[in-house]
Amino acid sequence: MLTEKIESEKESELIKLSEALQGACRKKLGRSLAIREVDAGSCNGCELEIHALNNPFYDIERFGIRFVASPRHADLLLVTGPVTKNMSEALKRTYDCTPIPKWVVAVGDCAAGCGVFKQSYAVMSGGVSDIVPVDLWIYGCPPSPIDLLRGLILLLER
Amino acid sequence: MKKLELSPHSTEEAVEIEAGKRKKCWSLEKVSKERWIELSKEVASGKWTLFGLWGSPRKVNMVLLDESQSKLQVIELETPLGKFPSVAIEVPSAARLERTIYDLFGLIPEGSFDNRPWLDHGKWQLRFPLGNILPPEEQKPYPFFLSEGENLHQIPVGPVHAGIIEPGHFRFTMGGEIVVRMEERLGYTHKGIEKLFFEASIEGGAEIAARISGDATVAYSYAYALAVEEAIGITPPPRAVWLRALMAEMERMANHFGDIGAICNDAAFPRILSRCAVLREKILRFSKDFFGHRLMMGRIVPGGLTVDLSKEGKEKLYLLLKEIREELCSIKYFYDSKNSLQDRTVGTGILNARSAKLFGAGGFIGRASGRNFDARKCFAYPPYDKLSFESPLLEAGDVNARVWIRILEIEQSSFLIEQILNNLPFGNTLSVMKEPKVSGQGLAVVESFRGDILLWIEIEKGKIIRCHPRDPSWFQWPLLEKVIVGAIVADFPLCNKSFNCSYSGHDL
Ligand code: SF4
Repeated sequence: MLTEKIESEKESELIKLSEALQGACRKKLGRSLAIREVDAGSCNGCELEIHALNNPFYDIERFGIRFVASPRHADLLLVTGPVTKNMSEALKRTYDCTPIPKWVVAVGDCAAGCGVFKQSYAVMSGGVSDIVPVDLWIYGCPPSPIDLLRGLILLLER
Repeated sequence: MKKLELSPHSTEEAVEIEAGKRKKCWSLEKVSKERWIELSKEVASGKWTLFGLWGSPRKVNMVLLDESQSKLQVIELETPLGKFPSVAIEVPSAARLERTIYDLFGLIPEGSFDNRPWLDHGKWQLRFPLGNILPPEEQKPYPFFLSEGENLHQIPVGPVHAGIIEPGHFRFTMGGEIVVRMEERLGYTHKGIEKLFFEASIEGGAEIAARISGDATVAYSYAYALAVEEAIGITPPPRAVWLRALMAEMERMANHFGDIGAICNDAAFPRILSRCAVLREKILRFSKDFFGHRLMMGRIVPGGLTVDLSKEGKEKLYLLLKEIREELCSIKYFYDSKNSLQDRTVGTGILNARSAKLFGAGGFIGRASGRNFDARKCFAYPPYDKLSFESPLLEAGDVNARVWIRILEIEQSSFLIEQILNNLPFGNTLSVMKEPKVSGQGLAVVESFRGDILLWIEIEKGKIIRCHPRDPSWFQWPLLEKVIVGAIVADFPLCNKSFNCSYSGHDL
């Protein structure tokens, strides 16, 4: 079903990104990158697109990138949402549980600066970086799977 | 299920169809305390279904649904002393809504049996953010209802879960492998949305509405637009009326594919997940190509739509629908023919018809448990009054039934989209708001993929003075606690996915 000939521009871009990611992953990580996704109060839109990374089109696992169940198994935290005050402690604790070396990637406009929820009494004022140090921001509302892949490559090539 | 007869594709000419103005489906009644109590009792006796309950700085509102008459009664009670008679003592589905009213406005539900905070976790640095703001109290531990006894133990789960899902906390009390009690604690994604509405313009409100729950962004934008249009008296162009429903049905299909795949995956059958994920992705890519956003966020606005469907888009959509129908046939076959899969879903997490009715459970949860309610049918908001479709209904109430309702709904959505494409009126898609400084009240009910969304808005001189969105999850979450009792803990993911309640839409 998916082994059809690639015609669209989007698909060829995906191939280019895949190759870049493949190379970067192997160089930096050997065989694997373990991601713990943390929803710090998102609207769930960002999660839907992160999910899409696992679908057969993007199939991120083929590069050795896996989503893991525990922060203790993770190299990278992928954090979404404006960080609600009710989630701030859970985010901090998740970060503390993640072994060093670790990266934090803030996904979505909310994570970067609270998006439309800015100025609410119930969210942190500056997004994820108010609670944990952020290595990379991926903007978008929500960022598409391609944006997410590009972000991960940037991080790995750094 | 009866298949619909399809008319031959007419990609060229569109049929002239009058758009139809949305009929007002509600009336407002200001009541005394006594009448309020009487109405609560009427809900308990089954005369009405509790459809919404919210606070404002100096009043409380309750919405009652009369399913047989397709009517909504909005009840209003002034609260000069900061109190109102608890509805929850009669109607259990009101309990969490009342706890929320207290947390946000400081209004006390008199006589209530559950005074624990709900959305307020003691972290906001203030109390009653939408009422008379007070400084925070000292933080106390949250008292769960626990079952105690020899050999019972607890499993705390969350708020950070093991998968890529929203945050919430589940407290299981276990007797060996069997769940004796499960209690939810939500509120982790509370973003203060209702307060943000207080200060927003009509356009700003649309941006917030689109982000109440990302998976139902079309449905929320739709409900918001309908409510605003009613409040300020504008009518969107016919083409927009039809395209809104098209977008809503696409959102429904995309989410149902996501859910079916995820449920099967949790029953260790990833093959269906892959196939569903491909179709979901194709819908999202189509949305990006022809509506400019993968989730169609922010495309529906008061007055119409910010986009239009091109001729090319129309043709591509016919092809996509064809593919979806063919694929769905084989997904159905797979789902039905794998014993190991059925073994996990049939008879698991049964919600009985009585509870579904009592709580007014909407969407596939209600319809899998014999509650024949679909806002598209009940209120027949245009263009659904001109479209023919069925609202699938099953009785078993188990995970399997909830999967089947989704499968059948995808089928119906594909027929609906086809009818819309065949009959799409010509014209523009956005009417300009001529008199933006008017005042009024509006109420809309839209059937999201998850069930009925209620949205109430009050506008004064073009400014929003109150907006309350009520997610179907409010009446579905408590039922999840019920269906898991007596099951093994390993069945929880299946029950949870088959419910797929919203956290963000509920926590606000
Ligand atoms: S960035 Fe957009 S999609 Fe992501 S959580 Fe925020 S509002 Fe939702």
